[in-house]
Amino acid sequence: MKPNAIIIHEKDNVAVVLEDIQQEQPVIIENREAFETISDISYSHKVLLEDVGSGGDIVKYGEVIGQATGELKKGEWIHTHNMNVIEES
Amino acid sequence: MDTFPGYERADGTVGIRNHVAIVPSVSCANGVVANIAKAVPEAIPLFHGNGCGRGGIDVEVHNRTLQNICKNPNIAAVLIVGLGCEFVSAEGMSMVSSFAGRPQAKLMIQEEGGSRETEKKGIEIVRGFLEDVKKLEPKQFPMEKLIIGLECGGSDAFSGVTANPAVGVASDWFVDAGATVILTETTEMIGTSHILEKRAADPETAEKIKAIIAKTEQKTHEVLGPLAKVVIAPGNMDGGLSSIQEKALGCIIKAGTRAIQQVVDYAEVPAKKGVVVMDGPGYDTESMTGLAAGGAQIILFTTGRGNPIGFPVVPVVKIASNSRLYKNMPDDMDVNAGEILEGKSLEQKGNEIRDLILRVANGDQTCAEQNGQNGIMCVYTQTTAF
Repeated sequence: MKPNAIIIHEKDNVAVVLEDIQQEQPVIIENREAFETISDISYSHKVLLEDVGSGGDIVKYGEVIGQATGELKKGEWIHTHNMNVIEES
Repeated sequence: MDTFPGYERADGTVGIRNHVAIVPSVSCANGVVANIAKAVPEAIPLFHGNGCGRGGIDVEVHNRTLQNICKNPNIAAVLIVGLGCEFVSAEGMSMVSSFAGRPQAKLMIQEEGGSRETEKKGIEIVRGFLEDVKKLEPKQFPMEKLIIGLECGGSDAFSGVTANPAVGVASDWFVDAGATVILTETTEMIGTSHILEKRAADPETAEKIKAIIAKTEQKTHEVLGPLAKVVIAPGNMDGGLSSIQEKALGCIIKAGTRAIQQVVDYAEVPAKKGVVVMDGPGYDTESMTGLAAGGAQIILFTTGRGNPIGFPVVPVVKIASNSRLYKNMPDDMDVNAGEILEGKSLEQKGNEIRDLILRVANGDQTCAEQNGQNGIMCVYTQTTAF
């Protein structure tokens, strides 16, 4: 099947979804086993690739972009509601 | 070893084009430059976007930019057209291009007897230059001689997912092969200072990275106040970006992942090879002017909304971040990175961009070149005009 999400850097634990994906629908990434979303995710938003404990790093572009604010599960939508972001100013 | 074909200049630089350029030292000379170019269409005019009444830091920046533009490696010979009373010194431009070993000539409109006389002499000079530069034969050169400028304009939610990371793949390849890539647009680095500092090859470079980003951020807030956020994070967070840092990561990924060797000023020619950061503004034409003055022979320009602009004497490669744009502006886009959304890998698209750069170096014309999208020189200007 055609991929509907993309991993930008090999160290990343989130992927960017390429189209709107409904809850409990498959996330398909090249060379990876498909898994299901836990929530609705809009296109160009992030989906979590592995379980992350509270305070754990969220990694995109190979860099830490924030920390989980609670226990997060694979397939979850990641945004400001469940991630503390790093702002330098 | 990877090589590219080019024209060797006396200063050791290598052009992937062999242009005769006509460069005004002030916008007052644009009309004369235009008429010379009309009579000799093979020559490339560079129109000037500013008047001459500059002060403070801009005197230095304008002089450096125009001087260094005249010795861009793609320029084989240059005619400088001045007025006679302008702030930017045509004499300085003439000296710098002469030191760089470029065949050059300078005409001052006030000294030549007005515009018509200047045009007559200019046409003759430019025709002579064209005869001379046709005799130059391209040879193969190592990648160390190639400087690639990076620019993004009119970004969308996918620029940081498709076009920019694909360019990053190509950047890594060229840096590993010995070439230089210049990352600029300091505004778009705001939020990633700690990350870029870590990538610096030495502590001095890290300090400079920190300083230019802090300065730009401060200036943005001073000048724009509450509007600063709009400039720092265009396209805002609706597209799934959770922070300014995440947005900026999507911009700086264009330069790939290798160590940053040097930080240069706007329009300054890098002394180091590899990844170089140029302090400069985010607006497209100002940014490309700085890259061309910095010696870039080719510019990679990623865009999500679509911008047709090119730059005189420097081929500009347009990389669309989505297929809608690629289909909507087919004559202006060289690469469709939107195919990544349809299943192509970043690796495949990055390799496609690399191969295209090598073909452009070999003489293939970019869309912007075919369309005569030469644009103007817009010099980064920080103070008011007087």
